[in-house]
Amino acid sequence: MNNEPTKFIDENGLRVDGRRTDEIRPMKVDIGVLSRADGSCYLEWGNNKIISAVYGPRELHPRRMQRPDAAVIRYKYNMASFSVEDRQRPGPSRRSSEISKVSSEAFEPVVMTQFYPNTVIDVFSEVLEADAGTRTAAINAATLALIDAGIPLKSLVSACAVGKVDGQLVLDLNKKEDNEGEADLPVAITQDGEITLIQMDGHLTEDEIKQAMELVKNGCQQIQQIQREALLKKFGQYEEADTEIQSVPLTKKSSKQETESVDTESSELISGNILSDESSENREEQETDTLDILEDETEQSEDNEDDSDEEDFFVEIVRNNTEGESDDQ
Amino acid sequence: MDQNIVLPGQLLSENAENSGSGTYVKDGKVYSLLYGILDNKKKVTVVPFSGKYIPVPKDLVIGTVMEVTPSNWVFDINSPYVGLMHLSEYPARIDPSKMTDFLDVGDSAILQIKDVSMSMKVELTITGRNLKTLNEGRIVEIKSTRVPYIIGKGGSVISMLKKKFNCDIFVGQNGRIWINGKDEDMDYLEKAIKLIVQKSYYCDLNNNNNEILQLFETESSEQTGSEGSDNSQSEEKSFRKNSKNHDTPEDTCRKIDALLDPSHD
Repeated sequence: MNNEPTKFIDENGLRVDGRRTDEIRPMKVDIGVLSRADGSCYLEWGNNKIISAVYGPRELHPRRMQRPDAAVIRYKYNMASFSVEDRQRPGPSRRSSEISKVSSEAFEPVVMTQFYPNTVIDVFSEVLEADAGTRTAAINAATLALIDAGIPLKSLVSACAVGKVDGQLVLDLNKKEDNEGEADLPVAITQDGEITLIQMDGHLTEDEIKQAMELVKNGCQQIQQIQREALLKKFGQYEEADTEIQSVPLTKKSSKQETESVDTESSELISGNILSDESSENREEQETDTLDILEDETEQSEDNEDDSDEEDFFVEIVRNNTEGESDDQ
Repeated sequence: MDQNIVLPGQLLSENAENSGSGTYVKDGKVYSLLYGILDNKKKVTVVPFSGKYIPVPKDLVIGTVMEVTPSNWVFDINSPYVGLMHLSEYPARIDPSKMTDFLDVGDSAILQIKDVSMSMKVELTITGRNLKTLNEGRIVEIKSTRVPYIIGKGGSVISMLKKKFNCDIFVGQNGRIWINGKDEDMDYLEKAIKLIVQKSYYCDLNNNNNEILQLFETESSEQTGSEGSDNSQSEEKSFRKNSKNHDTPEDTCRKIDALLDPSHD
């Protein structure tokens, strides 16, 4: 620690990165960045880079984890191995499991989980670059991803940290302040000021905590404003990713069913095509006809008796049809 | 338009009685739950931009068979919940061992939601008006929250699409749309559907239904005009007319069916 600066705050009241004590780092937000997720958000906050994805509500496996009265929120916080200076060992760690747990609990009071019993809402927050305050940044990103996924929330959730350096309270610690400061207090709050997450590292007096809470509420309001603006800006930019539609051609059924469909529905439908425009009413009539045929086997056998006449007739029709087709080409 | 976009937690009304879908009441005031467009007509409701389809009894949906169990078909209905259709719901009597002959894994059908239990067990039926298995055409998938825009006020958009593109269309509440017609027509229809979905993010369709229809009319005519499909469409129509005249009454068709029936071979 020989290169530790003697002061975190200079005589002008500015911090090492030039901010005042009650200023947050610049934040940049991009919503709907992943096409395969139901909702997603990319967030840059100072040097933090977070990508958050929401899938669901969807079926929850294993089933024993299901709640019969509400959806389960499964939040996964993960740091990419390249997100910090010394390579982070991939996979879950004590720290990431803890953050995942407290972050999922930060959303439980605001998400209307009771609308989706037996399901899960999966939230994945991936830290691409870390620079102190990643759990709060991840919560801010996850809120927007949840909203993007159309999940009902009672309120936006915004999170920000407050800490103490040089005996002074500062908002939104950067890495240096976090590592070498005296305290770190991350907080997540709703629009009404309800606290959904609070943790503390280091030491603060009672008075300091009270002051810190005022400071952090202010910070969260600024973040909420950024979140709102990002959402309002997104409207009107819904283009490619969100209007992507899929179409699946229905192919003829397998051989087994082909035989099935020939003597029931499809042949009727084919003849229906030739005979008439396909309004839904016609369709219905045809269907009832089909059923009649199914039940009335005697009628079919009668038809069958004079095969020879019909065969000629059939050939004629087929010829007509093929001629028509070749004309068309 | 901008004042109509609402965000979760936004105050919508001071009167708790106005609370409609997509809102909640706290301390006698109505707040939004969703990110979407505000509809203030009768009650205060929010039409969301996105979200999953949640089954509601009597809805018509398009399902795809995921699994066939000894007495039930398990349908994927584009929702967090799967739909079950019992053997007895099929209009014909089926032997349990032959269930896959009628609907096998991967087959699709238009179904109605019969019942949804408290634990979200979804029961489906295929007996009813317009319900049937689908053997031809295509299924187009859009977000279920965009379905009202495709249907339009009193089905205005859908009937226009039917007329304009010569296709059969069925829109399931779960965001799956079945279309059937000539391949070309279906290609254009798919584009048209995509266009409406896109436009629905810019325009408030409840108020500006005509506006969107006009927008769409102009763009689609440009599309069809530029690619010279007008001719082919008219040709196709004339072909259909001809075939109508050439071909034969319904009973002859039945005779052909009997001929084609492999069971008599």
